[in-house]
Amino acid sequence: MRKAIQNFGRIGVQFMEGFGRSGYVLFRSLFRKPDFKHGFTCLVEQIYNEGVLSLSIIVVSGLFIGMVLGLQGYNILEKFGTTEALGQLVALSVVRELGPVVAALLFAGRAGSALTAEIGLMKATDQLSMMEMMAVDPLQRIISPRLWAGFISLPILATIFSAVAIYGGYLVGVKWLGVDAGAFWSGMQSNVSFRIDILNGIIKSLFFGVAVTWVAVFQGYDCVPTAEGISRATTRSVVYASLVILGLDFILTAMMLGGW
Amino acid sequence: MYKKHSLEFMVGLFMLAGVIAFIVLALQVSGLTSYSSEPTYQITANFENVGDLKERAMVTVAGVNVGRVTDITLNPTTFAAVVTMSIENKYNNIPTDSTANIYTAGLLGANYISIVPGFDSAVLKNGGVIENTNQAMILQDLIGKFMFNTNKTQSATTK
Repeated sequence: MRKAIQNFGRIGVQFMEGFGRSGYVLFRSLFRKPDFKHGFTCLVEQIYNEGVLSLSIIVVSGLFIGMVLGLQGYNILEKFGTTEALGQLVALSVVRELGPVVAALLFAGRAGSALTAEIGLMKATDQLSMMEMMAVDPLQRIISPRLWAGFISLPILATIFSAVAIYGGYLVGVKWLGVDAGAFWSGMQSNVSFRIDILNGIIKSLFFGVAVTWVAVFQGYDCVPTAEGISRATTRSVVYASLVILGLDFILTAMMLGGW
Repeated sequence: MYKKHSLEFMVGLFMLAGVIAFIVLALQVSGLTSYSSEPTYQITANFENVGDLKERAMVTVAGVNVGRVTDITLNPTTFAAVVTMSIENKYNNIPTDSTANIYTAGLLGANYISIVPGFDSAVLKNGGVIENTNQAMILQDLIGKFMFNTNKTQSATTK
């Protein structure tokens, strides 16, 4: 009994320790004197790695999710004879929930895991300590541009995802199933509000971007520098990031619907 | 050097795609601005009750969209709802004795304004007021009236 409680306590202490270390890494990487000359080049390179290379998976899954929503929504709405509401159904569910969340989950799988593995391998092959020896701060040279690139990329990806998904819903609903195009768009426009729906969706994806990149970068930076350690860190990065996204999504939605 | 430039080019394209997606969401999906850039003129109508009418709702004549509701306010003295509509300039021959009704599109749809043209030769100008209005039909009111009436007829027949 005593032992069980002790173990429980140890887990708690370890968790808080890890949280503190990751907060320290985040703080040290973000709040520093910006180095525009080199930092910008690194940032562009990382946006390419994290954002541009994730674009294909985001566009393809966005299209399919929109098309499935159109198909499912049409079949449900048909029972009530209100297939004209398909546009607002697709747009609201994509812009509010699916766009930010699914884009973030895909981003965690596509870019987050790559970040963790890359930084973990750098640590395992002592590249990070070599940099420190050459008086180059790895937090500035390696971590910081990756963090900023993630913060910038995910909202852009989520916005693209939403737009493509709505187009997918339009393709299935209007072009295939024959919902009236005017009713589709006007129902959407009169029911989707720019501030409440679209801006809140983008705010959500900003939060997710911070969470995913933070988790991924820290898991790589903090991994056990062996082959096994890297593989574990990569798994943990995707699992933790997904859990954080879903949990954070609930909290943010509750706050936004609660009118905060 | 070439590789670096193509990298920046791809990132630029990526950000451009993001901006375009944002503009599509703002304009096409949420209809932030009514993208019909046609010149319009404003008319108002006073309703006893606007029900569920919202800004940006359609204004139709004979089912054809001629404009949008731009503003809904309350007249503090008469307690009537003042609905301001902007009508496209090409429909500038709506008679002054027209009637404005608030209808619901379908059973669950949004409310919109339908203008039934009158027969007067004078037409509505910018700032004109539609005098004849029918308030929104509120389902609860109708059900209430119906039940009240049936009760009365029942009691009348039992007497």
